[in-house]
Amino acid sequence: MKQHNLHGSVLAVLFLAFFVMPEYHDGVFARIMVLAVYAVGYNLLFGYTGLLSLGHALFFATGMYGLALPMQHLDMGPVPAFLTGLAAAAMMSLAVGFLALRTTGVAFMIVTLMFAQAGFLTILYFGEYTRGDEGFVIQQADRMIAGLDFSDPTTRYFAAFCIFAAAFLFIAWLMRTSFGKCLVAIRENEDRARMLGYDVQLHKLLSITLSGVISGASGAAYAFLFGYAGATFASVQYSILPLLWVLLGGAGTTIGPLIGTAFAFYLVDFSSEITDAHLLVVGAAIVLLTLFAPQGLAGELRRRLFAWLP
Amino acid sequence: MDFGPHLFLACLEGAITAAVISLTAVGLSLVFGIMRVVNVAHGEFFMLGAIVAWWTATSLAGHPAFGFSAALVTAPLVVGLIAIIINRLILVRLNYDPERTIVATIGLLYVIQQTALMTFGPDARPVEPPFNTRIAIPWIGFGDSGFELIWPWGLATTTYKLAVIAAAILIVATVWLVISRTRFGLIMRATQQDGEMATSFGIPVRRVYAIVFAFGAALAALGAVLIVPVQQAHYLMGGDPLLLSFIVVIIGGLGSLPGTIIAAVIIGMSDGIISVFFSPTLAKILATLLVALVLVFRPQGLLGRRRA
Amino acid sequence: MTLLSTQGLTKSFGGLHAVRNVDFNLPEGQIRALIGPNGAGKSTFVGTVIGRLRASSGDVLFDGRSISHLPAHRRIGLGIAYTFQITSVFERLSVHENVALGVRRSGGSDTETEPRVRQALSRTGLLDRADSHAGDLSYGHQRLLEIAMGLGQNPRLFIMDEPTQGLSESEIAEFKSLIRSLAGDTTILLIEHNMNVVMETADIVTVLNFGEVLAEGSPAEIRADRLVQDAYFGTVSGA
Repeated sequence: MKQHNLHGSVLAVLFLAFFVMPEYHDGVFARIMVLAVYAVGYNLLFGYTGLLSLGHALFFATGMYGLALPMQHLDMGPVPAFLTGLAAAAMMSLAVGFLALRTTGVAFMIVTLMFAQAGFLTILYFGEYTRGDEGFVIQQADRMIAGLDFSDPTTRYFAAFCIFAAAFLFIAWLMRTSFGKCLVAIRENEDRARMLGYDVQLHKLLSITLSGVISGASGAAYAFLFGYAGATFASVQYSILPLLWVLLGGAGTTIGPLIGTAFAFYLVDFSSEITDAHLLVVGAAIVLLTLFAPQGLAGELRRRLFAWLP
Repeated sequence: MDFGPHLFLACLEGAITAAVISLTAVGLSLVFGIMRVVNVAHGEFFMLGAIVAWWTATSLAGHPAFGFSAALVTAPLVVGLIAIIINRLILVRLNYDPERTIVATIGLLYVIQQTALMTFGPDARPVEPPFNTRIAIPWIGFGDSGFELIWPWGLATTTYKLAVIAAAILIVATVWLVISRTRFGLIMRATQQDGEMATSFGIPVRRVYAIVFAFGAALAALGAVLIVPVQQAHYLMGGDPLLLSFIVVIIGGLGSLPGTIIAAVIIGMSDGIISVFFSPTLAKILATLLVALVLVFRPQGLLGRRRA
Repeated sequence: MTLLSTQGLTKSFGGLHAVRNVDFNLPEGQIRALIGPNGAGKSTFVGTVIGRLRASSGDVLFDGRSISHLPAHRRIGLGIAYTFQITSVFERLSVHENVALGVRRSGGSDTETEPRVRQALSRTGLLDRADSHAGDLSYGHQRLLEIAMGLGQNPRLFIMDEPTQGLSESEIAEFKSLIRSLAGDTTILLIEHNMNVVMETADIVTVLNFGEVLAEGSPAEIRADRLVQDAYFGTVSGA
């Protein structure tokens, strides 16, 4: 019950925030909510299943280009393009999962990193279509569904809100199902879960695929709502960022990804005013978190104050 | 230029890449083999080495050879010292947990790189080579009067580039000797076999770890000093050596020194050759996919033997 | 009828035969103890039965069907429960969730699984600790939790690898009565060092030595067997 109240309150605050916050922060928060979906997807694999991927940018970018390329080159409408993005991300994560899950631990981290790097380079290689690092803009005229202009800040904010709410509630629901609870069991003690009769490999594969689809949905939504697709989003940095967000907010908690993404965004925002080297803050945050608060903000809250925090 | 001379030149460039990569990769491999730590910030040690070399060379007046020789000493020392501090402040506290150290060294990568950006700046800066005589290379061609020695335009190298290759061979051979012939090498191998066992035999494992980590970093720095007269120092220069070292260490078999050295030669040469004849991006795509697939299907490395 | 049987089961590591050509039959409803000196191959034998280890040769049959080709989780899905020799529970999850994970695998809604969880907990006396983290339990309680996790699965065959290891005298007494209360419902294969437990709970005892079946019979027969005495009792004092 407390959990339902918490999730309801978080969404209500996000909904109402639009009317209260200054316009600048509405824009920032639209971006945070879309990227928090990415963090939610990452959290499913890392926080709940205990698999540390260093290559999620591949899934984010697959969703992004899965939407952007057909819109740009095939004149596909936004809705089918979005579904194309999701399908592409699903296939990509299924394929990567199928191969990478033959390894564990450090090897899994490196394999996912290498697949993502290959994906990034592939985007550069096909620069003719992707325009490489420079990327390309999706025209405002194309960013319309049923007469609604998704480049408009208000529409964009609530579109971002809807997709975040969907991902957030989906994970909150999933983690109450026996499937979700089995993922946690695998994270806690893989061998025991297997010896209770669970098909550990299958659960991991489904987890990485779902995680990839959610990450891909975030990438597709980002391209559509902010009208841009570029190779940067496939780079190593974008594989590291969701890890940072989830670590910061609290791995294996429902609200951690949102908290972490928002916190990191404002941290970088704040430090960019002081220095160009804002990645320094990202790096320092990662090191300090690993050293002193491996459970993240929500994790520390749960440990110290609210044991019931989902 | 004809194909023959062109290929020869590509091999020469590849040999230089191989020379430098063998140094960084041996460092990475030692750290992984003995400490089970995947140091993602290893490329930044390389970059720091180049910056220290630039800094040493520019602050010393006189003949370039003087500044360069000083850099050969200062860069590994300074970078080794930084590594010791990092080991003490971060790795020890994480108890060398493999997954957490990876995450921490990712953070470290950004910290070092961005600190370099803030202090050293975004420009690439050169270091003057200690000697740099151009050597034209003859080629056997078929001319009007049958076979003859020709001097194709552009087919040339410098004494310095040849010296880089020689120096790398010397350093790697020394490392090999240290590991296989000295008492410290024996201690390192014992620690690699079984850390707990080594502890119970009175080996100060923690100190061995600190020295190995510093040693690995110093090797990367040394590689950077050698390459910086050819390539210039830049705050983003750590990325490529990191990727190539990763590839080398994985192909060669994680933690196996002979495998690493052989793989460094193969990967360095083929990187040089493929980049000259094909798109470097395509070469990198194939290399990264190869690494991923090797880890999936042959985790002991292409050159390693499966452990019983 | 026979629930579990092995035919010519062999497992070798390198050149060493840890289990050699074992023919083994366990009828439904029986409590069987598997004993033998250290290194006799008991855990290896059970490991190949459950699928944690792949047999070098031979066959494992469960309920008349060969299960040798199945991975461990599928074998467990057929109705085999297994407790680890070295305690292995989900330390950061609640005691209740530990058991519920085992119950839930076979499906059913929370309202269907809840009574089974509570039953398994109450049979092992852990009901009042249901909300504690498993990692906070005492060692003895963690071993009981392992058994509760097995019970929750409602297994047709329950394999326990040294369940009384490290338990106190009173805990062992409770364990014995728990096993006796299961008699008839569940077929049990018990690897056990404690001869008291074996003598008081087992219907039939199988003795392994150097990976081979040395003897098989009722506890009284085994106690009287000269070969067993030489191989086993001679080496274990105060058993």
